[in-house]
Amino acid sequence: MNETSPPTKPPAGAPPSLGRIFWVFLVMGATSLGGGVVGYLRTGLVVRNNWLDDVTFVELLSISQTLPGLNATNMSILVGDRLRGARGAVLATVGMCLPGAILMTAAAYAYGIGGDDPLSKAFLHGIAAGALGLIVVVMVQLGSRVLKEIADYVIVLATAAAVAFFHVSVPYALIGAGIVAIWWHRPRAGKVHKPHNEPVGERHHE
Amino acid sequence: MKQLGDIAGVFAYLSLLTVGGGMAAFPELKTLTVDTYHWVTFPEMLHFYSLGQLAPGPNMMMVVSIGAVVAGLPGAAVALIAFFLPTGILTWAIGRVWTRLATWRWRPAIQTGLGSVSVGLVLAGAIIMGRGAVTGVLWGAIAVVVFLLLLKTKINPAYPIVASGLVGMLAHWL
Repeated sequence: MNETSPPTKPPAGAPPSLGRIFWVFLVMGATSLGGGVVGYLRTGLVVRNNWLDDVTFVELLSISQTLPGLNATNMSILVGDRLRGARGAVLATVGMCLPGAILMTAAAYAYGIGGDDPLSKAFLHGIAAGALGLIVVVMVQLGSRVLKEIADYVIVLATAAAVAFFHVSVPYALIGAGIVAIWWHRPRAGKVHKPHNEPVGERHHE
Repeated sequence: MKQLGDIAGVFAYLSLLTVGGGMAAFPELKTLTVDTYHWVTFPEMLHFYSLGQLAPGPNMMMVVSIGAVVAGLPGAAVALIAFFLPTGILTWAIGRVWTRLATWRWRPAIQTGLGSVSVGLVLAGAIIMGRGAVTGVLWGAIAVVVFLLLLKTKINPAYPIVASGLVGMLAHWL
């Protein structure tokens, strides 16, 4: 735990060793099959190892989702940093990434050998269709937590249309729509705005 | 060497766009790796992207596959580091000050506002992905069935996605 970060109170005892952090994240990185990494993270960090309480987990998850970067690695960094500072963050992230990275490198070589076979093409095309279904579910779940008023839906549709149909590049869409959306939700006197927090019991696919 | 530099530049840039998830970067991922650099074809990119959804860990490990296709193991390593280091440092730094911003009046506005934008970017990514993945009724039906299944049940997504691949093979045989 580094001294400058505000107390989050890991529920019990001394912080885990760096080796233990690496191992726990390596196991999560190797077993979180099917994209439901957030669920695996909660099981590994909150339930099994008691490194975080649920409130902190949700708080860190909301940071992870707001910042660029994937939830899985952002969570690894934030949790690793809380447990053992910068070195904890590095080891947690490397552990989280290593199994998938090795697998996808192997996949690239396997693809070079068998990717042109019509049967494996049919398999991969099926997987792509299935993955599209997954993406849309993730989007619906994200949307149901984040979108509260009509203006939010307008932002969603405008952003999507700009990128998918009018070929606006993502950074322009991100900055343009981001400024409008943040301004729309700007702090106003008398209006108490609650940040969206994750319902923790819910299943997340990403 | 030139290629490794290109890989580093492309994936470091893409990583900064992954607000709300990897899918947000999908449109630029397609533009850069398929249209600009011709590292992979659109179907190849779709295949790697979809395999990446099945792989454990962060769901954008397909960047490593593209790195490997372009420049072998060094390419894979460069893609991995480029994709995770810049955002990693950003997250690490902001993570340290974020709790201190708990009472900052603009924080909820930023969280809510960027939330909507990221849903929009994911939708754009899904539309662009759909143009490549849904090339017939069968593939559309697969996507819809997987969508409904994952929405209504708590089944691990890996199962229906692998099943989708098997259905694709079956359709090829028939």
